[in-house]
This record gives sequence, structure tokens and C-alpha cells, in this order.
Amino acid sequence: MDKIQSLYEALAKVEGFIYPNEIALNWDMLIVMYPYVTGLVAGAFILASLNRVFDIKALRPTYEISLLTALSFMLIATMPLISHLGQPMRFYEMLITPHLTSAMAIFGFVYLWYLMVVLLLEIWFDYRYDMVIWSREKTGIMRHVYRALTLWVSDTTPKSRKTDEKIGYFITVVGIPSAFLLHGYVGFIFGSIKANPWWSTVMMPVIFLFSAMVSGIALVMFIYMVVTWLRKQKIEMIVLDSIAKYLFYILIIDFSLESLDQVHRIYVADESFDILKILVHGKLFFSFFIMQIGIGTIIPLLTLGFLQFKKPNDKIRKAIYLILSICVLTGIFFMRWNVVIGGQLFSKSFYGFTSYKVSLIGSTDVLLSLVWFIVPFFILAFLLWLLPPWKKAPAPH
Amino acid sequence: MPLQVKRLLLVFAVFIGIMLGLKYFLTPDSWREYGPYRGNALKEIVNQVPKFVQMEDCAACHDSIAEIKSQGEHNPLQCEICHGPGYRHIDDETVKMEIPKGNAVCMRCHTKNAASPSGIIKQIDAVEHSEGEDCINCHNPHQPWL
Amino acid sequence: MAIDKENFSRREFLKHAGSFAGGVVFVSLINPFKFVFATKEPKGTGKWYGVAIDIEKCIGCGSCARACKVENDVINEPFFFRNWVEQYTITNDEQILVSSPNGGIDGFKQPVPEEEIYKTFFVPKMCNHCAKSPCTQVCPVGASFESPEGLALVDITYCIGCGYCVQACPYGCRYIDPTKGTVDKCTLCYHRLQQGLDPACMMACPTGARIYGDLNDKESALYAFIKEHNCAVLKPQLNTSSKLYYNDLSQEVH
Repeated sequence: MDKIQSLYEALAKVEGFIYPNEIALNWDMLIVMYPYVTGLVAGAFILASLNRVFDIKALRPTYEISLLTALSFMLIATMPLISHLGQPMRFYEMLITPHLTSAMAIFGFVYLWYLMVVLLLEIWFDYRYDMVIWSREKTGIMRHVYRALTLWVSDTTPKSRKTDEKIGYFITVVGIPSAFLLHGYVGFIFGSIKANPWWSTVMMPVIFLFSAMVSGIALVMFIYMVVTWLRKQKIEMIVLDSIAKYLFYILIIDFSLESLDQVHRIYVADESFDILKILVHGKLFFSFFIMQIGIGTIIPLLTLGFLQFKKPNDKIRKAIYLILSICVLTGIFFMRWNVVIGGQLFSKSFYGFTSYKVSLIGSTDVLLSLVWFIVPFFILAFLLWLLPPWKKAPAPH
Repeated sequence: MPLQVKRLLLVFAVFIGIMLGLKYFLTPDSWREYGPYRGNALKEIVNQVPKFVQMEDCAACHDSIAEIKSQGEHNPLQCEICHGPGYRHIDDETVKMEIPKGNAVCMRCHTKNAASPSGIIKQIDAVEHSEGEDCINCHNPHQPWL
Repeated sequence: MAIDKENFSRREFLKHAGSFAGGVVFVSLINPFKFVFATKEPKGTGKWYGVAIDIEKCIGCGSCARACKVENDVINEPFFFRNWVEQYTITNDEQILVSSPNGGIDGFKQPVPEEEIYKTFFVPKMCNHCAKSPCTQVCPVGASFESPEGLALVDITYCIGCGYCVQACPYGCRYIDPTKGTVDKCTLCYHRLQQGLDPACMMACPTGARIYGDLNDKESALYAFIKEHNCAVLKPQLNTSSKLYYNDLSQEVH
């Protein structure tokens, strides 16, 4: 068996002493993908909500794009988790007989609440009027698709639009704490494992939440630029500048929280500190110091900070924003990596390390992770075709 | 109530209905018999066949060896520590037990190691002790000092 | 609220203070101090299994690990164990060396010459069958559960193989069996116990270093052993209420 063969290779690379059962990393790349993808969902949604609740005019062109981005990633958010299971066909048990003391058991319900009640409803109320109009304009099968999407409600009176608007606003307000819940909860899955000192911190849900917002905002920035460019429209710099401003603020909070966590760890220096220090300076050096902190945090922070004071011309700024959004997205990916993989590299005996090898060929987890990261972009393309934000009727006043 | 809200509530009612139906039909029979798990799991685990039998079962046939062993220092040891599990042999004597060859089995316990507490059993350095000669040339494993 | 100093007489103060003190005494009478239990508040009077290991008697022969692999069909690779033996060696310059080659099944080699050893000993490991087990707590579907006898068991026909329990176990006692896709762990040979047989590791130990028994039975050998020896559990700071007691456990052991 390939799996066992790779374990023999890992056995040869063990450093120091680990418990004999610790050679295999049970949570591989797919579990890195899981908080990453849910984080993108929560982040993109929070950006949309900020936009609506605080009525930020500059962000208006990104509202539908953020919502649809959140939806397309949300639709596959469970897939990394399910495809990583040893018995994937049994995943339904989590919904049928959830074991309520488990932090993981509630995920199904948090997910359903967020997908069904918050995200879909908000998009539905936002698009309902337009879908009715489109169902009238189109012919053939698309006519029926749009009619089905409206649930066969064809009310287009100003009163009905007002109702949509009111309920949509209410859902947005409910949605913000829900998005916080969704991703804070993912952090709790890790933070509540007292056996693992690298994970077990009360800060974990908060850090996950803010890094989620950072990654979601960067993703929306990236998608807005790419989509506008593909449509051969002019990218509005005021939109980019204000997204960048929010990215800057949230990044500051995120970085402070993560620093606080590390400073606390270093200062308190409990029994696990010695092994974690070796871990961070050794096996995690590249992914932690270079990728997460350097490329993912310090460079974007300095650049964005600089842009708050001095604005170079549009073309340069566009290039900077594009590069920065990719930097931030990469950095947050490595943050998840450091948490998930890093937390399993050291032995719970605190006397040694195991290893994890990433290879594109032969390891299904890496391939599947790539698939689950690419599929949402296709879903997004489909959604943008089905529900084009630029063809929406202007909001009633 | 606006029409669109009514429609939505209907959709949600259908969805929740389906979920409850699935929950009803897919929950295992013995769920919550003792706690939030399948009670039948306990019975299934108990059904596993034990592979190690007991010393009395061995002695029932091999009484002469049991007699010798009972007088020596290896008296408290289970036969199956050296001879392997006996569940097949006990039903069908053509399935042979392991007869250890060489010194490896003896040396599992009797190798000298500083971590081993002193005074529990006799431990030797094989080379120093017998220069690699077979243990059974001098010792009977069933009664080492015979 | 400001106190009117002029009109607040000593008499009144005593009256207030008295009624306050009385109230405290009354409340503490109806709600007396609740004891904190060493492991877990006892419930029921049935069997409640625990295990004790006498490190002073372990010779590191690995018979327990070998017997367990045979009895429970544990995959025969050097990285899946329901129980195993570790050898700790602390050198004179305070290096801590730990090893467990193939779980101790193939025997041990002392890593340093004898004159450099400060102290050295064997530590057999197995599931702690914790009374407040973090592994059964986190199972999302209830496939890992605590039996009425206090043993942490796995329902392999229901386990989804998420590995959360493997992460939650502080002692490294669980693993995902790659041939089944489900988790596997020590059951204290539940099948043998229920048929009146000793667990395989207990049976195979040549020096009697392993004891198991009913913690609810104050007459049991286990109860007496724990009482007479200075026993400790692994990682007590995690409050798992482990029921695996070690006699003569060094603090270097994690």
C-alpha cells in the first residue's frame, strides 16, 4: 500500500522520540484547505455586510461580487472535510446523530444555518426582483430556470421590493454575527484541543476570525480586479482604494492579535515552549517567518500603510493591489498550514518530530486540495453568468 | 405576510421535514441504549474471538510438561508467551504451536539492559555468558535449572 | 448610592453587618462545600476498570505489545500500536533519550555506555481509559464512547475516520487504521474481560508488572496496589482523570 510505504519513509525521518502512533499526520493538506476556504467565505461575506450595514458607497460595486464569491466557496466548504474522512460515505452521521459534546459535530448545523439561512436568503432577496424581470425577458429554458429560482413569485410592485430590501437588511445584520460564529467556531475546533499546546489557546477563534476577514477581503479585491478586467470595463480606483483601506485596518488587528498570542507564548514559556521553539525555528521556519509573517503580513502592511499617505498613479497602484492581494491570500494559506500541519509535526511527548512531505504526484490530499480550491472559481463564473450584478436594476429610492 | 416570505417558509418547512425524516430513518436501532452511541457496538466488540487461551487449557493435555514447569522458576509464565496463541490448536491439534528456535525468545527477557530493574529476573550478556551457544544445551526452558 | 454618614449609627451598622453575616452562614448551610474528586465523581456501583503498571518490575521484554498485536489483529507495521514500551535514559549530562523501536517488540538497545547513564527505566504505555476522556468528548458522531465499565471503546462500524479523537488524545494512544479507514485503540481486551479472561497484555507480562481491576471494589488487588504505592498518572495537568496508574513514575515521562 502506498500509504504504508510513505509511512516507512516518514519513520526514517523521525527526529528524537515520538509516540509510535504519531508518525502519520492524520490531518493533511485537505484540513489546511478547510479553514482556508471557510475563512474566505466568512471574510467575503463580512466585507459585503459592512458595505450594506454601514452603507459605504465606494464599496457598492463589490457587494454582489462578494456575496457570490462567498456562496461559491461556501458550496464546497465541506468537501475538503468530507473527502479527507477515512469513511467518507458515513459523513451523514454527523447530521443524524451529532454527539453534542464534540466541537466538530456542530459544524453541519453551523454550516447549514450560514448557507441556507444567511447567504442564500440574502442573495435571494437581493436578486428576487431582477430574477423576475429576467424571467420575463428570456425565452426557452432560461425562462423556467429564473422562474424556479424566484420560487414562482412574480411580484414586482414597489411594495414587494421594499419588503425585499427590509428583510435583506435584517438578514445582513443577523449575518454578521453568523459569519463571526462560522469562523470563530472553526478556530474553536483547534483551540479546544487541550492535548495540543500549539492549538490550545483561547485566542484561536479570534485569530481565525480576523485572518478570515483579511483573506476574504483580499480575495474580493482580487476577484473584482480580474472580473472587471475580463469584462473590459474600467476598474474604479476609489473601490480598490477603499477595499485596501479596510484590508489595512483588519490586517493591523490580525497582526496584533497574532503577535499577542506569540508574545504571550514566549513570555509565559510553559512546558511545551522548548519544543515549539525548535519547531518554529526549524520545520516551520519557511512557512512561518517567510511566508506567513514576511510575505503575508509585513510586506502588505508596510505597502498598504505607505499607500495611505502617498498615492502613486493608477496603473502602479493597480499592479500593487493585485500583487498584494495574492501575497495576503498566500500568507493566510500558510497561516492555516502552520496551525494545522505545524500542530502535528511535534510529538505530544515533547521529545521529537515527525515529518510531512508534500508531493503533487501520488499524494491524493494535495491534488484534492487543489481541486477544491479551483472548483469555486468555476462556480463563481457560473453564478456571475446566471446572476450578473452589472445587469441588475438600480435600487429603488 | 408578503407572498415571497410565505413561499420561503414553505421551502424551509419542506427542508426541515426532509431532515427530520432522514433523522428518523437513519438513526441506528440501539442508539442511546446506554448513552449517545450504538448500544449494539458493545455486543459486537464482545463477539471478537479471544486468541490466547489459558494455562489450564494447555495443562489439560500437556500435563507432564505442566508438571515440570510448575516446579521451576518459569512456573508463573503463561505457555503462550513463548508458544504463541493457542485458540486454533485447542480445536484442531494438527495446527501446531510455535516451537521457538535459537536464543531469540530467551533473550527477549534475559538480555542485559541497564533499564531493566535488578533482582526481578536473571539477565545476561549472551556473548559473555555462553559465547552464542544455544540456551537449551544447558537449560530446559520449562524448568531452567533442571 | 451615597451613605448618609450623619444618620448611620453604630447600632444600625451592627444590625446590617449582623444580618449580612447571618445570611452568609445560612446560605452556606443550605449549600455546603462540594468536594473536588481525585478522578471523577463516582457514579453507579458496577465494574469500573482501571490499570496500574509497576515500573519497578518492567524488564522491557515487549511481551505485552506483542501479545496485543496478536490478540487484536493490530496491523503488523512498526507504527501502529495499542500498547507499547518506551525506554527512558537520562545521561549524566542530563540529556533525556527516549526510544521505542517497533514499540519494544524487537527488544531494546541501550543508546549510551553504562557509565554515562544517570538513570534509565522502561515505561509501558497503553490507553489511559480516562474518566474524563478528551477523545470520547470530541467524537462528532458518538463512535468513540465510554462503556458503562469506564473503558473508552470504538464502534468501528460507525466511525467516520475524521481523526479528531487522534488529535485530542494527549497520550498518542489512537491511530487511524489505513486498511479500514477507522480509528483503532486499546479496549483493555473488552471481549476477553466480558468472557472472564484476562486482557492479553496482562496475561503475557512475565513479571506481573501490570495489574488491572475494578476501582469500585475496595478489596481488589488494584485498589490495594494504588493505595500502597506512590502512584502517579501521566500529564495530570490536563485533568483527564486517567485511570492508568504508574508506580515510581519519573517526571521526565510524558
